[in-house]
Amino acid sequence: MLLYLIRRILYAVPIALSVSLVCFMLVHIAPGDPINAILPPDAPADVVASVRAAYGLDKPLPIQFGLWLSHVVTGDLGRSLATGRDIWPDLAAALQNTLILAAASAGIGFSLGTVLGSLAGANVGTWIDRVCVGVAVAGVSVPHYWLGMVMVIIFSVTLNVLPAMGSSPDGAGGWALDWVHLRHLILPAVTLSVIPMGIVTRNVRGIVVEVLGQDFITTLRGKGLRRSGVIVHVLKNAAPNALAVMGLQLGYLMGGSILVETVFAWPGTGFLLNTAIFQRDIPVLQGTILVLAMFFVALNLGVDLLQTAIDPRMRRS
Amino acid sequence: MSATVAPALPREKTRDVPAGYWQGVRKRLLRDKVTLICAGLLLLILFAILAAPWISPHPPFQGSMIRRLKPIGFPGYPLGTDELGRDILTRLLFGGRLSWFLGITPVAIAFVIGGTLGVVAGFAGGWLNMLIMRVTDVFYAFPSVLLAVAISGALGAGIFNAILALTMVFIPPIIRVAETVTTGVRNLDYVESARASGSGAFTIVRVHVLPNVLGPIFVYATGLISVAMILASGLSFLGLGTRPPEPEWGLMLNTLRTAIYTQPVVAMLPGACIFVTSICFNLVSDGLRSAMDVRA
Repeated sequence: MLLYLIRRILYAVPIALSVSLVCFMLVHIAPGDPINAILPPDAPADVVASVRAAYGLDKPLPIQFGLWLSHVVTGDLGRSLATGRDIWPDLAAALQNTLILAAASAGIGFSLGTVLGSLAGANVGTWIDRVCVGVAVAGVSVPHYWLGMVMVIIFSVTLNVLPAMGSSPDGAGGWALDWVHLRHLILPAVTLSVIPMGIVTRNVRGIVVEVLGQDFITTLRGKGLRRSGVIVHVLKNAAPNALAVMGLQLGYLMGGSILVETVFAWPGTGFLLNTAIFQRDIPVLQGTILVLAMFFVALNLGVDLLQTAIDPRMRRS
Repeated sequence: MSATVAPALPREKTRDVPAGYWQGVRKRLLRDKVTLICAGLLLLILFAILAAPWISPHPPFQGSMIRRLKPIGFPGYPLGTDELGRDILTRLLFGGRLSWFLGITPVAIAFVIGGTLGVVAGFAGGWLNMLIMRVTDVFYAFPSVLLAVAISGALGAGIFNAILALTMVFIPPIIRVAETVTTGVRNLDYVESARASGSGAFTIVRVHVLPNVLGPIFVYATGLISVAMILASGLSFLGLGTRPPEPEWGLMLNTLRTAIYTQPVVAMLPGACIFVTSICFNLVSDGLRSAMDVRA
């Protein structure tokens, strides 16, 4: 068990390093000299030369990577081209907003998905199953940026009950747990939740069907356990795999919210990315993607460890 | 195929002989109404977008300032006009070509590259497997949307860059599936006996492995088309894929965003096209999966 834990944690290190290498290369696959990604195109020649030396861009790539990495681990992600500000403070604020949005959608998507998936799995082949599976397929097939627009049209334009944009009424981007701010969260969170809802439904359904087919369920039923009692056993056995799926989905929500954030002008990492892309602000793009990918790596690790901790069957393998 | 005709006695006998695999697949597919309807719808859309130059009522780029944002049913413009007065129906038909192209091409390329790498990794095993699978793990460490946005964001807007980015997104999952099924087949007895009888690696892969793994990999890839369509249109929606004035569903959705207060229904049409196409591809893939009895 301990050996597995150590191996799993050690395995995350080369992955994290390679992920940062990919992020580092982003600047270099961008067309043109990477110096163009750091300085505006009209920078004077002596500035270009001094910045090139300061960033170590005159050194070979592996050494550049090492230098960049040594900055990154201390939290120095560089400066934005567009604003000239340090990237990290802005990114941290955006990250907080994305976390709020992702957590809210995860809450909605996971609970709906668990209910629908269990319902479908316990009633395989009936119309209940078909309805639940249909909802799940629609959830994973809908372009969520479009769904967001539909929501805005229904709830903001036609009914005028919920705000269409931003995270707070004053536009300052601050956040608090009150109705004024929650109102802004509802539409983006619901929109973003349809994908995890669909995927969790499909997976939970599959897991429940599998558990229900196992021998111990027949034994429990044979012993005269009531339906509700059997369900407790099913859920207990389905939980580890379902949790693994949900953990990954949370990561996808964090990284995949860019489209929904763009539709709702939600001031999170996706919005930051979108602005960076429009202004060709490659350092911001690079820093944001690095932090999000690292978050995903850590989440993957956490899910694996959690799964091992709560499922004794995993320890033996 | 006269299996539905009331069988005479000798026919009963032949029924005991297990029918061919593909015959079974065909039979199961023909019984699956949802899959058939979705496949029919996809064929209809495909036909319509291929025939766009001949069946469109207007030229796709012809705008008119006095006919901007007309509603559905406006005389001569059955689905209304966009923010530059261009016919929506025409642009949806032409836009579908690019959306389909952007959705299917990356999956097709990734199917070839990822399938090859996965089969090689699964069949060869050893250090080659290690190398291929560890590199795959790295790309797995990015959420797919983020990876697509990262690559096309760094490369800049354009159809070629979008296809490149999406291909990079779909290669790792296909490698994983291909590797898993190939590893499963590699250790089966008939492969072992082929090896014992002196067949070379290439022959074994061609004769014994590929026919058994291509099906599952293909079914998995068809399931990715739906995701690819949403992602490709999503990139255009972000301004990273197609560039205006080229018609494409995601880009049309983006430019029509300004019209949600004046012509909400018209503004929703491109997204509805993406939705219908994506859900049909998803259901057809599900139908294929159960008809071909793939468990992956």
